Amino acid sequence: MTTFMSRRDLILFFGFAAVVLLLPILAQPFGAAYPDLLQRFMIFGIFAIGFNILFGLTGYLSFGHAAFFGVGSYAAMWSFKLLSTNALPAIIFAVVIAGVFALAIGFVSLRRSGIYFSILTLAFAQMSYNLAYSVLTPITNGETGLRMAIADPRVLDRLFFEAPVAQPVPSLFGFSLSGWNGFFFSAIFLLATFFLAMRITNSPFGMMLKGIKSNQNRMNYTGFNTRPYTLTAFVISGMLAGLAGALLVVTDPLAGAERMRWTASGEVVLMTILGGVGTLVGPVLGAWIIKYFENIFSSFNDNILSAFFSFLPEGAREIAVTVSSKFVGDGWHLTLGLVFVLIVVFLPGGIMEGVRRIAARFSKADRDGTARERRLAPKAAE
Amino acid sequence: MQTTIPTAQPAQPKAPAATKTPENVVLHVADVHKRFGGLHALADIDLQVEEGKTHAIIGPNGAGKSTLLNVIIGRLAPTSGAVVFDGTILTGKKPHEINQLGVARVFQTPEIFADLSVLQNVMTPAFARRDGAFRINMFRSVESEAEIRDEALAMLDDVGLVGRREAHAGALSRGDKRRLELAMCLIQKPRLLLLDEPTAGMSRHDTNTTIELLKKIKSRGMTKIIIEHDMHVVFSLADKITVLAGGRIIAEGLPEAVRGDPRVQEAYLGGAH
Repeated sequence: MTTFMSRRDLILFFGFAAVVLLLPILAQPFGAAYPDLLQRFMIFGIFAIGFNILFGLTGYLSFGHAAFFGVGSYAAMWSFKLLSTNALPAIIFAVVIAGVFALAIGFVSLRRSGIYFSILTLAFAQMSYNLAYSVLTPITNGETGLRMAIADPRVLDRLFFEAPVAQPVPSLFGFSLSGWNGFFFSAIFLLATFFLAMRITNSPFGMMLKGIKSNQNRMNYTGFNTRPYTLTAFVISGMLAGLAGALLVVTDPLAGAERMRWTASGEVVLMTILGGVGTLVGPVLGAWIIKYFENIFSSFNDNILSAFFSFLPEGAREIAVTVSSKFVGDGWHLTLGLVFVLIVVFLPGGIMEGVRRIAARFSKADRDGTARERRLAPKAAE
Repeated sequence: MQTTIPTAQPAQPKAPAATKTPENVVLHVADVHKRFGGLHALADIDLQVEEGKTHAIIGPNGAGKSTLLNVIIGRLAPTSGAVVFDGTILTGKKPHEINQLGVARVFQTPEIFADLSVLQNVMTPAFARRDGAFRINMFRSVESEAEIRDEALAMLDDVGLVGRREAHAGALSRGDKRRLELAMCLIQKPRLLLLDEPTAGMSRHDTNTTIELLKKIKSRGMTKIIIEHDMHVVFSLADKITVLAGGRIIAEGLPEAVRGDPRVQEAYLGGAH
């Protein structure tokens, strides 16, 4: 095998790529096979993978990653307004600006670790949110959000083309990025992000990050200057958040401040923990599951619920609808919270730990017929 | 084997003229005092460790042995005085800078990477030696670093852990964790190795294996400072012994001389009563 990638990594990467590219077919049984939702799968997958490079490898829990996501959105929108409707410069610009933000915020926040680091990142993100919402209205257009307009300068476009008469939309060298094109465009970035995360995890650099998570004191006495390592991880993860933010603007050309709120920062933490912290596939799975259920549950309303409970007698149906309606629609976060509690209590390693446990049971059952006793034995020893 | 331990650092500040250091002395603790509030933890410590020798620091509990070690390694700043390693003042340097100069440390409670495999634990310090304090190398895989891997495996073979290379380091027994930590220090080929009670909490058998191991590395010409309670270990290994009591050096010399010194016996017996 090449020294570049082991056989196992190649299988993992191509398996992942196959699943992602076949999603328009694979998601059909779940009723999720439409471009708008699948594109969100790609975007939040990138966001979660990037977040996991920081949290999963170094153990530093950032509670402010939505700030970089939002910065990426605004930066991409300004590129659309000032330079061109082409998505590529917008994405490059967004990633660079998000990286600069991450460098500044990371430089200060990484002077502390543990809960103090988390609080610092949260404080910076809330500051960014408030700046975007009110103070920097000329740049962010505050509450209304920033969108493209016919009158925008778009310097590069006007060099080559006549000024358009219709509302401009993001494109890629003239190709439309709406519908399935947008999905495949984002999918390529998700695959590239996954590849990058895989390289980092398997590299000496990734091993140093895991060393920092495991025992920072030993890292220092082993001769490593740990601060630049954590800062590099922070900047990479901030840039990937910026990439995700830019892609969201490509899909839905409106940049708003609410994407920087602490709930958005918390969401990516949930995605990562739900899927499995420190694993490669886990954060993507977590992002997909949360975005899927957000989409399904939040579209439920009382009519759908009473149709669902129509088999119940009159009085019981009312009660069932009233109770369950608290868990769907706007209240779907209640369901999310319950699922999250269950995962953290029973599967602290997330879905990926569940997958590993199931795989371990099967492989044990394959090896000998006494799988049951084997399973019980380690429990007794603990 | 090329190493990046900077033995010649022209830009480093030189030792003050007052603390003249003889040629063969690698580490010079020059006139160090350390006070914690009213407590004079170290007073007037002047210690010279010769190249290639094993220097033991012994003394009753509370004599200031660990404080001295922490001052040497840069964890504590001395109230006055300086620590000079090979012409470079260590005082005020960060732990990673001191390590990069060629000083490695084994802790009293093993400090290892509990979440990594045994092999990764030993490869990590080898990367620190090769690549320095910071380097972004994320485009090679760990698996392709055959040289470092082979070196780490040879090191694990030396300490008798090669059979457990894929185990989680956190799952090792206490004795094995110590051996692993020792391997992590030795793979860096430090010029000076500091050992803080390397056999504490070990069985007699494990202690003897560790002594054998330390004797083996003694023949490689590495300078060592050992802090130890176990006199069996001290007299098996030390070339020179310094006795601390109440934060002061009360005796220093060859093992036989120190063993017979009445002040040492008094300090130990007096401390016991």
